[in-house]
Amino acid sequence: MTDASHNPAELPIKVAARDVTVSYSGKQALHNVSIDIPDRSVTAFIGPSGCGKSTFLRCLNRMNDTIEGAKVGGSLTIDGREINDKSIDPVVLRASVGMVFQKPNPFPKSIYDNVAYGPRIHGLALSRPELDEIVENALRKAGLWDEVSDRLAHPGTSLSGGQQQRLVIARAIAVNPEVILMDEPCSALDPIATARIEELIDELRENYCIIIVTHSMQQAARVSQQTAFFHMGNLVEYGPTEDIFTNPRDSRTQDYITGRFG
Amino acid sequence: MTDTPDISPIRSAVSKNLGARYRAELRFRAAGLAAVAAAVGILVILLASIISGGLPAFTVNQLELTVELDRELIDPNGDGSEESLRRGGYSRALQDAIRAEFPEVQARRDLRNLFSLYTALNATRLMDDVLENPDLIGSRYDFTMPLADDLDLYLKGLLVEDRTLDTGGVLSLAVEGDEVAISSTETDFRELAAELARVLRARATVLEVQADTLAGLAEGLSGTEAEDLLYDADLNRRRAADIRATLEADAGSLTLDASLPSVIVEVEGRAVALTSLGRNGAAATGRFLIGSEPLAAAADWTLYVIDTPAERRRVSDQLIVWTRALQERGAIRASFNTYLFANADSREPELAGVKGALFGSILTMMITIIISVPIGVFTALYLEEYAPKNRFTALIEVNINNLAAVPSIVFGLLGLAVFINAFGLPRSAPLVGGLVLSLMTLPTVIIATRAALKAVPQSIRQAALAVGASRTQTVFHHVLPLAAPGILTGAIIGLAQAMGETAPLLMIGMVAFIADAPTLGLEGFTEPATVMPVQIFLWSDGAERAWEYRSAAAILVLLALMIGFNALAIYLRRRFERRW
Repeated sequence: MTDASHNPAELPIKVAARDVTVSYSGKQALHNVSIDIPDRSVTAFIGPSGCGKSTFLRCLNRMNDTIEGAKVGGSLTIDGREINDKSIDPVVLRASVGMVFQKPNPFPKSIYDNVAYGPRIHGLALSRPELDEIVENALRKAGLWDEVSDRLAHPGTSLSGGQQQRLVIARAIAVNPEVILMDEPCSALDPIATARIEELIDELRENYCIIIVTHSMQQAARVSQQTAFFHMGNLVEYGPTEDIFTNPRDSRTQDYITGRFG
Repeated sequence: MTDTPDISPIRSAVSKNLGARYRAELRFRAAGLAAVAAAVGILVILLASIISGGLPAFTVNQLELTVELDRELIDPNGDGSEESLRRGGYSRALQDAIRAEFPEVQARRDLRNLFSLYTALNATRLMDDVLENPDLIGSRYDFTMPLADDLDLYLKGLLVEDRTLDTGGVLSLAVEGDEVAISSTETDFRELAAELARVLRARATVLEVQADTLAGLAEGLSGTEAEDLLYDADLNRRRAADIRATLEADAGSLTLDASLPSVIVEVEGRAVALTSLGRNGAAATGRFLIGSEPLAAAADWTLYVIDTPAERRRVSDQLIVWTRALQERGAIRASFNTYLFANADSREPELAGVKGALFGSILTMMITIIISVPIGVFTALYLEEYAPKNRFTALIEVNINNLAAVPSIVFGLLGLAVFINAFGLPRSAPLVGGLVLSLMTLPTVIIATRAALKAVPQSIRQAALAVGASRTQTVFHHVLPLAAPGILTGAIIGLAQAMGETAPLLMIGMVAFIADAPTLGLEGFTEPATVMPVQIFLWSDGAERAWEYRSAAAILVLLALMIGFNALAIYLRRRFERRW
C-alpha cells in the first residue's frame, strides 16, 4: 500500500484522502484509507460486498452525516480544501459533489422540475429562460434531451429505468458539480441501458472527476482509467485500470479479479 | 434406470396434500366473504333503522290560522313602541283564532284541550313576526305554526292504530239532553259490536283464569296472605261475571269506556264519540265532540275507529277529532320541516332544531382543526425528521402512543381543570370544547403523520440531500408533499372522531339546554353552545315520543356532515396524489 497515494495519471489531483477512517456506532467500516483521485477521469472502486467502497464514496459528499452513529476521521480534501471540517457546510459541499445512487430515484415531479430542482434551490438561474437553458444543457449532457424534449412536463417516474438513471445524472450535473459520485449506477439496469450509461460516463469524463463504485469488473475495466480495490475496509491496491487487471501486485486483488472470491 | 416411477417423489408429496391446501384456501375465502357480508348486513340494518326513524322528522304538519292582530290587543300602550308590542296579548290572539275554528267549545277543560293543538311557545314566534313587521298590526295575518308534536305523529300514522269502516245506511242524529242517539238504516255497527263483544269475552276469560291462579296460590298459604289472594280472586271473578252479564243480556247495549277502542262517527261537520253500541248494530248513543245540532238523514258519513284505547295513549279523542276536522278544512298542511334546520334547541319537540348544535359543531371543529393539525403535523415532523433518537425522544414517543388510548372523558376532566378552572375560560363555549377535542385528536394526528412520513422512501431524501438541499428544504419540498395524502387521511380520521365525541364535552358544560344558536363569527367561540352528538344525546333522553324521531333526524344530519367531511378528504387526497 506504499504506492496507494501515488498519482497514476498525468492529471491534476482533485480528491485527496489521508488516513480516512469511518465507524458506524463504534464498528469500524473503513481503515486508514489514503488515495489521490485525479480530475477529468473515471476512477472505479471495486471489491466484494461490505468492503467499504460505498462507505468511502459517501465520505466524499458527507452523506455519512445523515446516518445515525456514523463517525468519520482523517483528512479529505477536494482541490486542497478540507471537507471534513466543521466550517464546511455539507449543503455547499454537496452542491459541488453530485451523487447518483444505485436505484434511480427521480423526484415524483416532472422531468423538467427534476433537473431544475438543484439550480432552483441554489439560485443558479435568475430567469425562466436561463433555467430552461440549464435544464436543456444538463439533459443534453446526460444524453436524454432527444428522448424527452417533447414531454418535459411528464413525471420523471414515468421514464424507463435507464432513462430515469440518466435523468438523475442530468439532475446531478445541472448544478455543475466538480465531482460526480456514482454508487453502482447500473446494477438495476439491463445491459442495453447499462451500455448507454457507460457511454455517458465516458463522455462526462471530459469535464468532471467521476468516481464510480461497481460490482462489475468488466464495467470497471471498460469505463475507468484508475481502479481501486477495497477489501475488508482497507484499500488494497490502487493504480491505472490496465495495471490492476493485467498485473495486480496484491494476491487478494488477483484472487478477486480472477473470480476466486467475492 | 428402468423402474423410474411415473411421478417423482416431490410431485406425489405435493399432490397428496393439494386437496387439503385448496380446501383451506376455500375455507379462508368463505370466512372472509362471510365477514364482509356480516359487516355490510349490520351496516344496512343500522342505516335502515336510522333512516326509517329519522325520515318522519323531516316533514311537519303545519297549522295555518288566520289571526286577528287587533291593535288594542297587540299594542296595549297604543304607541307602537317595542316595549308596548312586547306586552301584547299574542296568546290571546292565537286562542281567539283557534276558537273561531270551533265556536261550540265553551267548557274550560275543553278549551284548555283545544289550545293544546299547538304549543304556547308559538305566541313568541307570532310576537317576533309582529316586531319584525309592525305593519301587521290591525290586519288579519295568516300565521303558520307546527301542530303539537303528538298530533303531528298522529297524522303521520305513528301514534295510534286506527281504521275507517265501511258504512251503507242513512244516518240520523237525535239530541237527548247531553246524549246523542244515533241510528242507521242498515246494521252498520253490527260487525264492530261483535268484535267488541269478543274483546270483552276474552277479557272476562283472562280475569277468570287469573282468579283461578290466585285461588290456587292461596291454597298453599294461610293467614292474611291467603285472605288477600282470595279477595283478589273474588274481585276478578265478580268483574268477569259483570262483563258476562252485560254480554248475555240480549237487549243490552255495549258500553264503550276508555279501555276499549274509541269509535267516532263523523258526519256533515259534526263528530260524535260513541258511548254505547246497540247489539242489533243499527243504533248507538254518543256525545258530540264537534257540533251540537241534530241531523235528519245523511248518507255520507264516516265510521272511524281508534283501536288504541284512550287510556293507553297521550291524546284524547277530542284532540284527534279536532285535528281530523282541521285537516278536512285544509287548515293543516304537511311540508318540509324547516324548523329542524332554522331553529336551535327548544323545550317543545315540534319547534326544536339542530341549527344551534350545527353551528356549535362547526365552531368547535374550527378550533380543533386550527390547534390540532398544525401542532400534530409539526410535532410528527420534528420527531421523525430532526429529533435525535435517544431515551428522551423514546419516552415522548411512548407517551404520545399512550395518549391515544386515554378515555376521552379524561380529556374532558383535564379541560375542566385547566381551561375553565385555571385559565378561567367560559363554560359551554366552543373555544373550550375545541381545545379539549384538540387534545384528544393530537395523538391520532401525530401517529398518522409519523406513519405517513415513514412511508416516504429514504431514496427521495437522499436524492434531495445529494443535490445540495438542506434538511428543511428536503422536508418541505419533497417529504411533506409526498406524505400529505397520508397526513390528510389521519387528520380527517381524528377530526371525524372528535366531531362525534360527547363524553369530554359533558365535562365542560356543553350539555346545557341552549335555545339560541351561537353566532358564526369570532364572538361565537365564547358563546354558550352545544354540538351535534350532545344534542342527539339530549334529545334521545326526551320523554315525548317525537324526540325519538328528532334524534334520529339529528343523527342523519350528523351522518350527512360526516360523509361530507370524508368526501372532502377523499377529494383533497385525490388532488394531492394526482399532483405528485
